[in-house]
Amino acid sequence: MGIQTPNGFNLDNSGKRIVVDPVTRIEGHLRVEVNVDKNNVIRNAVSTGTMWRGIEVILKGRDPRDAWAFTQRICGVCTGTHALTSVRAVENALGITIPENANSIRNMMQLALQVHDHLVHFYHLHALDWVDVVSALSADPKATSALAQSISDWPLSSPGYFKDLQIRLKKFVESGQLGPFKNGYWGHAAYKLPPEANLMAVAHYLEALDFQKEIVKVQTIFGGKNPHPNWLVGGVPCAINVDGTGAVGAINMERLNLVTSIIEQSIEFVEKVYVPDVLAIGSFYKDWLYGGGLSGKNVMGYGDIPEHANDYSAANLGLPRGVILNGNLKEIFPVDHTDPEQIQEFVTHSWYKYPDESKGLHPWDGITEPNYKLGPAAKGTPTNIQELDEAGKYSWIKAPRWRGNAVEVGPLARYIVGYAQGKPEFKEPTDEFLKKLGVPVTALFSTLGRTAARALEAQWAVRKMEHFQNKLIANIKAGDTATANVDKWKPEAWPKEAKGVGFTEAPRGALAHWIKVKDGKIENYQCVVPTTWNGSPRDPKGNIGAFEASLMDTPLADPQKPLEILRTIHSFDPCLACSTHVMSEDGQEMTKVTVR
Amino acid sequence: METFYDVIRRQGVTRRSFTKFCSLTAASLGLGSTAAVKMAHALETNPRIPVIWMHGLECTCCSESFIRSAHPLAKDVVLSMISLDYDDTIMAAAGHQAEAILEETKEKYKGKYILAVEGNPPLNEGGMFCIDGGKPFVEKLKWMAEDAMAIIAWGACASWGCVQAAKPNPTQATPIDKVIKDKPIIKVPGCPPIAEVMTGVVTYVTTFGRLPELDRQGRPKMFYSQRIHDKCYRRPHFDAGQFVEEWDDEAARKGHCLYKMGCKGPTTYNACSTVRWNGGVSFPIQSGHGCIGCSEEDFWDKGSFYDRLTKIQQFGIEHNADEVGLAAAAVVGGAVAVHAGVTAVKRITTKHDG
Repeated sequence: MGIQTPNGFNLDNSGKRIVVDPVTRIEGHLRVEVNVDKNNVIRNAVSTGTMWRGIEVILKGRDPRDAWAFTQRICGVCTGTHALTSVRAVENALGITIPENANSIRNMMQLALQVHDHLVHFYHLHALDWVDVVSALSADPKATSALAQSISDWPLSSPGYFKDLQIRLKKFVESGQLGPFKNGYWGHAAYKLPPEANLMAVAHYLEALDFQKEIVKVQTIFGGKNPHPNWLVGGVPCAINVDGTGAVGAINMERLNLVTSIIEQSIEFVEKVYVPDVLAIGSFYKDWLYGGGLSGKNVMGYGDIPEHANDYSAANLGLPRGVILNGNLKEIFPVDHTDPEQIQEFVTHSWYKYPDESKGLHPWDGITEPNYKLGPAAKGTPTNIQELDEAGKYSWIKAPRWRGNAVEVGPLARYIVGYAQGKPEFKEPTDEFLKKLGVPVTALFSTLGRTAARALEAQWAVRKMEHFQNKLIANIKAGDTATANVDKWKPEAWPKEAKGVGFTEAPRGALAHWIKVKDGKIENYQCVVPTTWNGSPRDPKGNIGAFEASLMDTPLADPQKPLEILRTIHSFDPCLACSTHVMSEDGQEMTKVTVR
Repeated sequence: METFYDVIRRQGVTRRSFTKFCSLTAASLGLGSTAAVKMAHALETNPRIPVIWMHGLECTCCSESFIRSAHPLAKDVVLSMISLDYDDTIMAAAGHQAEAILEETKEKYKGKYILAVEGNPPLNEGGMFCIDGGKPFVEKLKWMAEDAMAIIAWGACASWGCVQAAKPNPTQATPIDKVIKDKPIIKVPGCPPIAEVMTGVVTYVTTFGRLPELDRQGRPKMFYSQRIHDKCYRRPHFDAGQFVEEWDDEAARKGHCLYKMGCKGPTTYNACSTVRWNGGVSFPIQSGHGCIGCSEEDFWDKGSFYDRLTKIQQFGIEHNADEVGLAAAAVVGGAVAVHAGVTAVKRITTKHDG
């Protein structure tokens, strides 16, 4: 028996139930359950966030200037983006402006994260959904070399290079100690690449693992370490001194040269390896266009990367801002984080309690009281779950909605909004990519589209990093070396009560923090993060979230080895530590809930 | 059986490079040339040790840090030095195929595998604030600990509890040594630990076939026996009373000491000021921000990161940094006298205020 959801999906949970737990190659803990029909096509999907940490309640009563360090620890994969969101929220609340150099440096740190995260996601978290490592053993190194040279002039592409790699890989496999490749779905019918493309991809998997550590050095130079660099309310902690006494202890010519060199290497790797690989792999999967889910319907971007300091209006942001509903690319709605009617979170199907669960709450007024209980039809026990009951509560993730709509966020959402706005820097590379694959624009609304948008965005981001590095140098040349504004550093300069909001585009999508400050301390802190949007459970009206929607109607070649489920879920780059940290804003004591 | 040496030889590493690797690794661990020979012998004869890397409540910064390692490269650790048979962040397998690896490892390598733990188990809500395979993470953790040879507690989460255990610790997030009592646990704290410290600990175990010497808190002495302050390149400015007073002031631009901006270097035991971060590029103080003390127990609950450490006995009983700074400014020779006094003082104690 089917149920029609308000957002247009027909759910039928009568078929065989398949459980994937743990979903690996993600950040954090996630469980997915699906029902398949007699043809092994997914007819019902349930995604469950299975961890919860409570960072907001921990923030209550603390110094707002410290909040970035706490929130940064929400996620060490998208390290920095929560910290940046936090300092923006505090600055917004307290009316603090930052110098132009601080804006350029923050943008470079954020863009470096974007590039790093996308690259590591593609090669180390996602590639094995498309690439069969074992198949690479039967590749012809000469043909592999020809393939590599046909898609890029990246120098590591000789027949000897691929032959050596293949020998090493063969002996690794023959050792019997397969390490992270153990028990993979090798030989699965859903793998479509020829052995040569697999071998090339394995080579780049290893090269990317070596290279990724270089990109993050941009954060290290300006923030002292990575993961978890240092940030500052009012600017950035690093001072600039290019030629005076003590310049060796500050951002000087050598440091700037190091940044330039990293940016140049990153541009080369992204443009000669990452983007061509996604295009090459995509060309073998262009008939597998499942996984679109909400992307062809509802998408949202907050926008990010302000060109000038202190202006967060859409016109000043490099990444696009706006909401598209029902696939109507002709109308783009503006987003207002402060409007209580726009962004609301629901808990009907989440392990939390509201006084009235038919209604959603705006983050400034949110309540988060844990209420762990399984629905009546769940199988197993509360501490040994066999199957969840999605008619009841089933996730540690809340269900955020924009004006009641479930939306998808992330690189694909950003590219769709940018495309709809007709911005050439998003539209042109997208059209070119689609043209090379020979697929229509609707092909974007797919698992492959999500993966492609991420690669294109990495390319946009490396070039944007170059732009802000040039801007920083030009500004220093013009005599401006300021990096911090300390006018309101001390709490005595703050209003007695204030509230603010800060937002960024994290690698995974739209991210915002809402803060209330009272008597110099944090009174309330709430985060609504990308994976909360994408991984959300159902809402009171029955709308399903982006993960669940994306799995619908996908055929599985082998339900015992649900490679297609991993492929599509991974295309969102889930971050569960991010999505499931929310905790009581009222600071109620967290009593242990008895589970019946 | 597969050995480390076999693997790297087949990967095209020459005998010469291998010997050089051993010498460099031994040197980076502060060990002499005989150690390099022993290390080479161990690597030539030992099979790759299976490592099971589990994740509790955490943010994955430790895994991210690990893959930043410059020497050895993370790729070489994973492919040649250990057999990383389970790590939910990077492993190909998922669901029951992943779970099967745990069962197999327990059986096949009983007492011979290393359990590396990132994050910690929450104990409230019957452990269900962190669910793994439908069950509380804490159960899976204890179960895998039973047959492990040794356990590594990665980072501040596994070692001390870290951010989710900060007051009021709503999930009762608990360091792993509070739930695993019968196994040796190497604590490698930091949020995250430095990449080369992480790979240094792993390679120490795989090469010497024993655990590194630990301090009373369970941390490897080789990386955690000295304070950031002891080896900080800005230390002479501290001794001379030259301090940053405000962000981006003249002193900040000249790289003076960040003590007055809240730096916790004087009370933090870690290798940041010597090993530095990301292949030696920088460390927090070098990039202008004080140390926040992220490798220390409960560093989240010791007041603001910008509160000045009080009661540092460094200046003698009557003096504090302000007075020393004034004295140094007034009398050029004063700095020298203060320096001499400072270096004579052995202990630093902290008062946790606020």
